[in-house]
Amino acid sequence: MSKRPASTGTSDPAITSKRPKTPSNVTMSLEPIPLEHIPPNYRVYGALFRDVSNAALLQTQLISRNPEFEYAFIDASTIASRAHLLAAVWNAVYSAVEGNLRTPNVHSEVVASLNINNNIADGYRRWGIMPDKTKDLVVIKILSSPEPLPEAQQEKEADQVWTHLTAQIEGRPVRLTDQEIAQVTDWQKVRKYYKLNGVPVLDQTKDETERRRRMESLAIMGMALRGL
Amino acid sequence: MTEPTTEFPPPKILTLSPTHKPILITQGAEGRLYKTPSPIQPNQFCALKYRPPKPYRHPILDARLTKARISSEAKVLDRCYREGVPVPAVLAKDAAAGWMMIEWIEGEPVRVGINTWLGERPEDDAVVDHSQQDETPLIDLMKRIGVAVGALHRTGVVHGDLTTSNMMLRPWADDTLPNGHGDKAEKAKAVAGDVVVIDFGLAMQSQSDEDRAVDLYVLERAFASTHPRAERLFHHILDSYRVAFKKAPGVLHKLEDVRMRGRKRSMLG
Repeated sequence: MSKRPASTGTSDPAITSKRPKTPSNVTMSLEPIPLEHIPPNYRVYGALFRDVSNAALLQTQLISRNPEFEYAFIDASTIASRAHLLAAVWNAVYSAVEGNLRTPNVHSEVVASLNINNNIADGYRRWGIMPDKTKDLVVIKILSSPEPLPEAQQEKEADQVWTHLTAQIEGRPVRLTDQEIAQVTDWQKVRKYYKLNGVPVLDQTKDETERRRRMESLAIMGMALRGL
Repeated sequence: MTEPTTEFPPPKILTLSPTHKPILITQGAEGRLYKTPSPIQPNQFCALKYRPPKPYRHPILDARLTKARISSEAKVLDRCYREGVPVPAVLAKDAAAGWMMIEWIEGEPVRVGINTWLGERPEDDAVVDHSQQDETPLIDLMKRIGVAVGALHRTGVVHGDLTTSNMMLRPWADDTLPNGHGDKAEKAKAVAGDVVVIDFGLAMQSQSDEDRAVDLYVLERAFASTHPRAERLFHHILDSYRVAFKKAPGVLHKLEDVRMRGRKRSMLG
């Protein structure tokens, strides 16, 4: 799992691939994200790429529905915290399990789930990858199979996804932690997208850490109450 | 809030992942509350509120009522949270399936804290001279209850079932706990913590003095029957409610009327 990919080989000749600019002393890999209340035949993986320079190309792949690019690409500046991100991921997987997807697939559902209203295109525009705008990118990959995969096969699967991602994304992979997310969060955007300006509880809260925790909770609540 | 005696099959949402067995916390007339791992925060719990289908209702009506009630409770929690009323945050919901997940509030119900403070010896009560006892920590708790209810009413929400069981005492960080050792400090700890209002299953949005007064009346009656030995301190709740909430005078005036006639306005139906 923790092996860096040796080659950047891709099965899509249309993509010109470059080696990722990862510092050689950092061994990165795709992180498996265990989620509660989800059947064990679903696997969720996540990564964060900083300073991404080919957002336009990546978005083109999504729009053309290239099956090689079945990922949720999220503009990391719109994410308040890992819990905020996972709320959208969880909701998307749960909707897939229940057969209630509102968008074409579970990956687009992640992006749409970040929205507090039912306008899907609006959700892609705000939270999804955008050319010239997206510099830091959260990537979520959701896989499922009829039966749960043995651990060895899961590692192989994660390695394959990681090889593809690092080949295609021109950017610097970092761990998908609260600390790393905090480096790239654009709080003005979060406040705007989740309608948090003028919310009394935020004005009452003086401590900055506590205020951010509340903004995170309000964003998650907005998503949970979407359409109400 | 009684101990569940019968095992119910858990809702589907709690059967999807085999890692944890859900813990049934309470079983009410309308719904059940489970303690279960949070879907979004590792190593944290959440509360899952589930309204099971009612077999005696027509299925279409039942589905509609369940969905509306879960949604309405989630909306009230969102509104309260935004306005700074201490309530649990909503994490996820599926109103059609009859559940929502909310933040797990640590600590004990206020009911337990007050009863711990009051102790086990009611027969002593008649001979205890209250003026000799430092009741400040308990009175402070009463004041925090009044502030919480005042904040709730200011938001335009009435709870519908205010009791000391529907308020939690969320512990303060260790460094703000009362100092000292011995019985006195232990007692003070029992009534320390932030008051968090829970269970908005009967809540509604209302600005009327009448509805607010009924809320206070229900709390007053519940308090008198749950903590008869602290009833003489109930006025501290109303005093701080008056300070916390600008429109309190009208509500407290109305409370006099409600006391005279009881909770129901009309004798019809």
